[in-house]
Amino acid sequence: MIKVKINGQEQSWDGDPSLPLLWYLRDELGLTGSKYGCGQALCGACTVMVDKEAARSCITAISDVAGREVTTIEGLHPTGDHPVQKAWRQVNVPQCGFCQAGQIMQAAALLNQNPKPSHDQIRDAMSGNICRCGCYQRIENAVHLASTGV
Amino acid sequence: MTIIANPDTAKSTSRRGFERHLKIENVSRRAILQTLGLAGGFVLTAPLLSRPAFAAYETGAGKMPHGTVVDPKVFVSIAPDGIVSILAHRSEMGTGVRTSLPLIVAEEMEADWSKVRVVQAPGDEVKFGNQDTDGSRSTRHYLLPMRQIGAMARAMLEAAAAKKLGVPTSEVKAVNHEVVHSASGKRLGFGELAADAANQPVPAVDAITLKSPKDFRYLGKGQVSIVDLHDITVGKAHYGADIRLPDMKYAVIARPPVTGGKVKSFDPAEALKVSGVEKVLEVKGWPWPSKFQPLGGVAVIARNTGAAIKGRDALKVEWDDGPNAAYDSVAYRAELESAARQPGLVVRQEGDADAALKSADKVITGEYYLPHFAHASMEPPVAVADVKGDKAEIWAPVQSPGGTREDVAKTLQIPIENVTVNVTLLGGGFGRKSKCDFALEAALLSKELGAPVKVQWTRDDDIQHDFLHTVSVERIEAGLDKSGKVVAWRHRSVAPTILSTFAAGADHAAPFELGMGLVDMPFEIANIQCENPAAKAMTRIGWFRSVSNIPRAFAVQSMVGEIAAATGRDQKDMLLELIGSPRIVKLASVKDLWNYGEPYESYPIDTGRLRRVVEFVAEKGNWGRSVPKGRGLGIAAHRSFVSYIATIVEVEVDDKGKLTVHQVDSAIDCGVFVNPERIQSQLEGAAIMGLSLAKYGEVSFKNGRVQQRNFDDHPVVRIDEAPLVTNVHIVPADPDTPPSGVGEPGVPPFAPALANAIFAATGKRLRALPIGKQLAI
Repeated sequence: MIKVKINGQEQSWDGDPSLPLLWYLRDELGLTGSKYGCGQALCGACTVMVDKEAARSCITAISDVAGREVTTIEGLHPTGDHPVQKAWRQVNVPQCGFCQAGQIMQAAALLNQNPKPSHDQIRDAMSGNICRCGCYQRIENAVHLASTGV
Repeated sequence: MTIIANPDTAKSTSRRGFERHLKIENVSRRAILQTLGLAGGFVLTAPLLSRPAFAAYETGAGKMPHGTVVDPKVFVSIAPDGIVSILAHRSEMGTGVRTSLPLIVAEEMEADWSKVRVVQAPGDEVKFGNQDTDGSRSTRHYLLPMRQIGAMARAMLEAAAAKKLGVPTSEVKAVNHEVVHSASGKRLGFGELAADAANQPVPAVDAITLKSPKDFRYLGKGQVSIVDLHDITVGKAHYGADIRLPDMKYAVIARPPVTGGKVKSFDPAEALKVSGVEKVLEVKGWPWPSKFQPLGGVAVIARNTGAAIKGRDALKVEWDDGPNAAYDSVAYRAELESAARQPGLVVRQEGDADAALKSADKVITGEYYLPHFAHASMEPPVAVADVKGDKAEIWAPVQSPGGTREDVAKTLQIPIENVTVNVTLLGGGFGRKSKCDFALEAALLSKELGAPVKVQWTRDDDIQHDFLHTVSVERIEAGLDKSGKVVAWRHRSVAPTILSTFAAGADHAAPFELGMGLVDMPFEIANIQCENPAAKAMTRIGWFRSVSNIPRAFAVQSMVGEIAAATGRDQKDMLLELIGSPRIVKLASVKDLWNYGEPYESYPIDTGRLRRVVEFVAEKGNWGRSVPKGRGLGIAAHRSFVSYIATIVEVEVDDKGKLTVHQVDSAIDCGVFVNPERIQSQLEGAAIMGLSLAKYGEVSFKNGRVQQRNFDDHPVVRIDEAPLVTNVHIVPADPDTPPSGVGEPGVPPFAPALANAIFAATGKRLRALPIGKQLAI
């Protein structure tokens, strides 16, 4: 039995311990905000926070997060008003929106570590997250905005 | 009023001089099935208005399957609390259409946008009209019908208010969610009027008055955020994979590694040992060419997607590779090049290009190669199906809900009325999700298992089994006289056709493919010949954002740069010289000119507009500015989806061949427009996609198998290599200029502008994509 705290709630899993966290979140718990995009930590659509650090849930086995605290997009802020989320709306970042939960979680994790990143630091930290629609200019601007106060 | 095709309306439209028959070169991605006689279809048309505030124009909307429905009772409902619900009948894949079309209705009906809720329509084209969200058509075809729907709803609200107040209708006016009687100062909210308004007769289309553009509150104004913005940022927006049904099974499928192959045998034993795997079964495939039908294979059914994937990894399958096992991209390129060096089917001929090339003072030849591209939308194909007896319900991110409904009914052999197709948000589409094979897989599996099923494509599946963008060689010979004037132009375009996905042996381009940058090339040159040599397809070819415009614009606009370089002229000046005088291009020698399915009278090739976007972007983007050593500027312009776009790229190539795109400026003339904020986002995105295609875009084959699998060996542009600045300039629109495409036209000019900029920076001319390691020193 694996115990893990997800968005503040204790959960337990007695299935395959190697099950990627992404599928546990999406298929077993119904937390569908984290997305599947590649399955190999190449695109970042599945990004969540594990103990405040960004993690790709598609290659993170559920056994790897036993006893730890996982935050998904659903748990980032109780009313969806984390500075990154607010900045995202102010800048009208999304097009199709599919990658955005991962982008937002990555950006929030970046600001946890570096509250005032430079543009180069933003581009570097966000480079693991692909947006095929091509919202990058707005992502960069929104992270910058979130870091300077929304 | 509802305009639905029936023999009477077909006759009446015919009498009005509208074309009735569907031709291969017309209509949508899905309509190919119909044009080839593989499905029934019919024709109807939207009525036209001619009112002082609004110039009438005709579009090709009536020629789309099921045409247009203009009926406020279908699209609009008002609750007693005043909340107005407006149906979005097109699919949202990132263009903003789910916001833009309802916004048009709200504008005309004087609804307050903050009190509007958008409701996604299921697939039902008899009820809603055509739903194929493709070809950059939604605003182009629906601006007028949506305005009419809104104006009808407004008229019904005003009539209800006048009746309630006992005053003539002419004395009341709908203003921002109320109907006002200014003489008495009385106001009635839309909610109060809802019930009475619904009982008013729907006015005829010629009895309504559209708003004057000067009274617009939303259309063409600043920024309107998309309706899903908040949900997207909090993880509550629902895409295909986010649908969960009680007792739903999760499936992934092992498909034949060679297109047209099939299962020879399989051993499920190891897969069934995986924790969570419940069942392994074969999925029926269709013979090659398989149209939109599933490829077949072996499905692994599990309690969650992770278990299904793990089970598939353990599965043992032996394949019969079928007729395309020898597909090899290196050899195929050589075949295309060889074909492009021989005369081919002549598809446009003005003057005598052969003779003019022979007598030219100088001939410049460019042979350009563009490989297959994969769509690689961030959301891979996925669908949920629940089939019970002779009823089926689908939830899927499809660009073609109506076509999906038809195909599910046919595949399961059940009446179409028994099929419900619910459209989720699409995590990107780019043409891939116009093909519903993934929904059909889910339907077949659900029927077999007697339970709801979600079929999830992995990224590997997506790249390995896509309906790929074609692969092409474009060969252009330009003949110059002594003064450097271009007097001859021969363009041979050779590429497997999309028709091959539907009809075995199809080896020449369809008119809709020829019409994307080949026969509609707008330059003013005395002798022009366009040819289309044959090419045999060996994989599934499909529509990819901008389609054949990508290779054609790359070739034509690169050639402009080559001629400029050879004659020592400025790229922009050369481009304008070739475009020539402002005029409506006449293409008398072109049979079946596609023109994106639009009537030429409404949407001619207008070189004045093409010149204007070139001049506009040159001015706004400061063309000709001096740039530091190692950098260069490039320009390209292209008309596609009846819009005009020009792009300037400033690139730096360092001494290791690394590219940095410092600035992109794109100008678009898309006629009258709805939501400039989304036009901007589409063009920003088009620059990224254009850069991805140019730098990395390639799917290649060896032994019939796709050689790429995921974002490691099929990279796309990431934020750290994105252009540092992308500026979008929208040419101010005359309200009488019909609306034209936005989603696709931004892509084609990017790669040639980049190639021209790279030439300016380095002196190196790139004639093949992707750039890959070509600049590495």
